Amino acid sequence: MEARPHISVQNLSVYFDEQLVLKDVSVDIPDHKITVIIGPSGCGKTTLLKSLNRLLDPLDGVRIGGRVLVDGIDIYDPRTEVTEVRKKMGLLSQRPQALPMSIYDNVAYGPRIHNHIDKKRLDETVEHYLRVAGLWEEVKDRLDDPAARLSVGQQQRLCLARGLAVGPEIILGDEPTSALDPQSSQNVERRLIELKAEYTVIVVTHILRQAKRIADYIAFLYLGELVEHGPAAEVFANPRDPRTRAYLTGEIS
Amino acid sequence: MTPSFENRRLRRRKMEERIFRALMAASMLVVIGCLILIVGTIIWKGLPAMKLSMITQTPKGGYYLGKEGGILNAIIGSLYLASGATVLAILFSLPVVLYINVYAKKRSRLASLTRFSLDVLWGVPSIVYGAFGFIIMIFFGLRASLLAGILAVALLEFPIMSRAADEVIRMVPRELLEASYSLGATRLETALKVVVRQCLPGLLTAVLIAFGRGIGDAASVLFTAGFTDRIPTSLFQPAATLPLAIFFQLGTPFPEVQQRAYASAAILTVLILIISLVARGLGKRYTRHIIK
Repeated sequence: MEARPHISVQNLSVYFDEQLVLKDVSVDIPDHKITVIIGPSGCGKTTLLKSLNRLLDPLDGVRIGGRVLVDGIDIYDPRTEVTEVRKKMGLLSQRPQALPMSIYDNVAYGPRIHNHIDKKRLDETVEHYLRVAGLWEEVKDRLDDPAARLSVGQQQRLCLARGLAVGPEIILGDEPTSALDPQSSQNVERRLIELKAEYTVIVVTHILRQAKRIADYIAFLYLGELVEHGPAAEVFANPRDPRTRAYLTGEIS
Repeated sequence: MTPSFENRRLRRRKMEERIFRALMAASMLVVIGCLILIVGTIIWKGLPAMKLSMITQTPKGGYYLGKEGGILNAIIGSLYLASGATVLAILFSLPVVLYINVYAKKRSRLASLTRFSLDVLWGVPSIVYGAFGFIIMIFFGLRASLLAGILAVALLEFPIMSRAADEVIRMVPRELLEASYSLGATRLETALKVVVRQCLPGLLTAVLIAFGRGIGDAASVLFTAGFTDRIPTSLFQPAATLPLAIFFQLGTPFPEVQQRAYASAAILTVLILIISLVARGLGKRYTRHIIK
């Protein structure tokens, strides 16, 4: 990989109670590229993604071994501030989770928590990120409406704007289009491709065609094991591992 | 299987359906009937004594035997007492439910111990809270007073409010919490800005249920708040309450005064009804931001 790794996962193992969900995963995730994690359901894709911003912490019976370095800092080091880790990453979940407040307050949530900025700067920030997420034109006249009133597709873009407003370096997407209609999905995919100029993007998906459309790098997980990873073109054209080949041809799913 | 056998089977199932439908309808009739009977009785029996002076004056001739004046002392006393107790209960209840739902993990022992304790406390009869409040009162050298009553009623309300609020907060999806965490929010920020807002209508209901129990309870205030014809002007004066007003009035040998007890009961019921409606209206206003 020619790009410098932004995130470096080193020998990461995750147990839920006695069950080993991720087995000794090591992978470098390059800067300013879209890395797509693929694999059949239940293979640990989401667990891997959530381990990157420590969203596994509040779960019951989780044990985590190994290291995850972000910009060279181990995020599981007790001295690392968890809110700082999460601030560096915006998360898009499977179903968009708008917060129970207005459209404006959703986007302003992060900035209000992290830096005390005046109303005017906050207005600018909200507008800016709504534009980046491609939602501004649709909501500019009803910023005080409840976010719950937006369509699911709009909510997902709102979540994107909300995540970006915190000023992250990394965008995590956990099957971010799985609840969306085809057109909204396309819209979100297009945003992700635009955003890789400024952000490192990591997306989990079980849709192979989506992976082909957006991926620069591919990581293939199978039964908690990282089977293969590398540049997307290579992995798709010439999978080295028979399991990857079987997955790509639809023999295992 | 012959067609006639199938027919018989179908007939039997339809019959079952009809029987259970009838049973359910009968049960509902009992519920609605009870409500109508209770409210009807109170109004029917209390109507002769229902004068404007009931709610604008304090008793004349003593609360026990007085046939004139009103029960303003008890109305104001009950409102003071239940409001004070409810505020106090919120102050303890909210941190507890936020802790067991946001801070503690799902399988946390401490959280389940807390829930168990609340369930037990819920079941404790209110006379026991009264007795316990009485002991606290003696310990601090207080006399029967508004403050002592507030303490006892707050104890009574606390588990009811907490458990009702807990049921509401438990319904918050984990993903919503994760969304807040992933933006770098702390647990406290998530609890106050997301969980409380998402649950506001349910929390209002929890507060209201507790308030209703508090204002209607007689046993917990019997020893602690005392009773008086005057409207209290400080926390250290005794306070009259509606349930006890009803209790004393019903206990007299005079039918005129007994009628006044039913009028008092009607006033208490209407008071609770008004508070329910107000809270419901407030709750509706806050549902607009809720995430389904």
